[in-house]
Amino acid sequence: MSAPMTSANSWTIAAARDALRKGEISAVDLTMSCLTAIDAGDGLNAFVYKTPEIALEQARAADARIAESRKSGGEAPAMCGIPLGIKDLFCTKGVPSQAASNILKGFRPEYESTVTSKLFGAGAVMLGKLNMDEFAMGSSNETSCYGNAVSPWRRKGANVQLTPGGSSGGSAAAVAADLCLAATGTDTGGSIRQPAAFTGIVGIKPTYGRVSRWGIVAFASSLDQAGPMTKSVRDAAIMLQAMAGHDPKDSTSADIPVPDFEAALTGDIRGKVIGIPKEYRMDGMPEEIEALWAKGVAMLRDAGAEVRDISLPHTKYALPAYYVIAPAEASSNLARYDGVRYGHRAKLAQGDGITEMYEKTRAEGFGPEVQRRVMVGTYVLSAGFYDAYYNRARKVRALIKRDFETAFAEGVDAILTPATPSAAFGLGEMADADPVKMYLNDVFTVTVNLAGLPGISVPVGLDAQGLPLGLQLIGRPWEEGALLNYAHVLESRAGFVAKAEKWW
Amino acid sequence: MAIDIDTARKVAKLARIRVEEADLPKLADQLSGILGFMEELNEVDVEGVEPMTSVTPMRLKRRADVVTDGNIQAEVLKNAPDAREGFFAVPKVVE
Repeated sequence: MSAPMTSANSWTIAAARDALRKGEISAVDLTMSCLTAIDAGDGLNAFVYKTPEIALEQARAADARIAESRKSGGEAPAMCGIPLGIKDLFCTKGVPSQAASNILKGFRPEYESTVTSKLFGAGAVMLGKLNMDEFAMGSSNETSCYGNAVSPWRRKGANVQLTPGGSSGGSAAAVAADLCLAATGTDTGGSIRQPAAFTGIVGIKPTYGRVSRWGIVAFASSLDQAGPMTKSVRDAAIMLQAMAGHDPKDSTSADIPVPDFEAALTGDIRGKVIGIPKEYRMDGMPEEIEALWAKGVAMLRDAGAEVRDISLPHTKYALPAYYVIAPAEASSNLARYDGVRYGHRAKLAQGDGITEMYEKTRAEGFGPEVQRRVMVGTYVLSAGFYDAYYNRARKVRALIKRDFETAFAEGVDAILTPATPSAAFGLGEMADADPVKMYLNDVFTVTVNLAGLPGISVPVGLDAQGLPLGLQLIGRPWEEGALLNYAHVLESRAGFVAKAEKWW
Repeated sequence: MAIDIDTARKVAKLARIRVEEADLPKLADQLSGILGFMEELNEVDVEGVEPMTSVTPMRLKRRADVVTDGNIQAEVLKNAPDAREGFFAVPKVVE
C-alpha cells in the first residue's frame, strides 16, 4: 500500500502500523502531524496537557526500533510509533495526572500506570493528557476542572456546542477530530462506550480483570476497567492487545492468557446467536434509536447470525444499584484526598486543626458532582443504612449478573443493544436538570459493568440532525475476541465513514 | 427517604467536606432525590441472594512475603503539600 494522501493524523492504527513497518512514513513525521493537529484543535479542549518533547523522543526511539527490527528480519510491535492521547486518569511518570480535579492540582506521579507502561513498552507515543469528567464522574465532560471538552460534531446547520460524552470526553473528541490515532479511556458505568457512541468512534470496555487497574486513579474499584478508544474495530483489537494482561500489582487482574484479538476478526459469525433483550426497549425511546437497533439486527442476521429475543428481567434496577455501589466505593477511594500526601491543601485559619484541614481541603478541591457522590456513598455506608442500601444493591447486582449468565447458558453468544438513549446533547443543556436525569445516560451501559462483562460501542448511523449513533454489543466474559468479531461485522455492514466537518 | 438538613449536615461531617449552612437545604434536596431513585431497589425480591463481593469468582493470589519496594523516601514525599525532615507535616493533632 502506498501512503494515503490524507494527512497521517487521520490514519487508523492498522494503516499507520503497516506504513511504519514498510518505511513509508517515520514515527516522527506521524507524531508531528498529530502535534500540529493538536495545536490547531485547542477549541475542542480535548488535550489539557501537551507533551510534545516526550512524544518526539518516543517517536525517535520508535523509528530506531522499527529500523532495527527491519534489519534483523523481524517486526516491531504493532503499537510501535503509534501516537496516542492518554486520559488524565492514568498516572504518567513526571507528567501532571490530576483526574481533572483541583484536588490533585500539581500532582506529578513518581510512577507509571501499568497500562501506559505496557503501551510505551510496545513503542507507543504519548502526545499528552486528555480531558475528562472529574474523577470520571459524569456523562458529559462538564464536571472537569479544565472546563468542558467539546465534540467536533455539530447539528446540521447549527453551531451549538455539543458534549463529546463522558467521562472519557477528551479521549472521544481527540480521536474523532483526528488529533491522535487512538486514546486510552476508562469505563465505570459507560465512560468509554457512551462518548464513543456520541462521537462516531469505537470503544471497548474489556471483561473486569482483563486490564490492570494499577496506577489508574480509582473511582469504583469493582467496576472500573480501562480500554481503547479508536477509529475502527481492528484498531481496538490491536490496542487492547497491548493494554491487556496479568499484573501482579493488581490483585483483581486475571492471570489468564491474552489471545490474539486481531486474528479473531474473521468476519464469520454464521450460526452465532445474538440476543435482543426486550427490557432495553425503554418507554419514550426515540424512534431513531429504535430504527438503528432494528438496522443492526438486520445486518447481523444478514451475516448469518441467529437473532433471538431474550429477557434480562433485572435491567430496570441496574441504574439505582449502580448509584449505590459506585458512590459507596468512591467515598472510600476518595478518602485518600486529605491534603496530607499529595495534591491540594487548603490555607488554614488561625487555630484550625486537622479536621478543619480535611474539611476545607476537600470542599475546595472536589467539584459539586464529586462532593455529592462522596456524600451519597458516605450515607449508604453509614451505620443503620448499610443493609438497606449497600447490601441490597449488592444483592441486586448478583441478580443482574445472573440474568446474563442465564442468557449465555441458554446459548446466546452476544447481546445487541443501543449504546445510548439519544444522540449527543448540547453542553449546558442538562445544567438545570436534577442529577438523576444525567445518570440516565448510562442506562444501556451500566449493566455491563455491574456484571463485569465486555462491551463495545460501534458507530452505525447518523440521526436526522447529522449526529452519530452507536450500537452496543455485550459479550461473554473473557471472549473479547469473539465480541470484536461481531463488532467488526456490524462495522463493515454499517459502513460508517462520516466525519465531523472541521470548524475548530 | 427524605434527607433533612440535620442529616445532610451529618453526612457532610462524616465525609469531611465543609458545606456552608446556606448550602445545606439544596444539598439535602439533591441527596433526597438521589436516594429516592434508589428506593426502586426495594421492589426487588432479594430473599436468599448473597450480596456480590467480586464480579469474577477468583481466589486472591498470594505472593512470597518479601520486600519488593522501598527506600524511596524522597519520591514518597515529593508531592506532599508540606513535608519536613522526612515527614508529612500536618497541623497539631494532640494538645
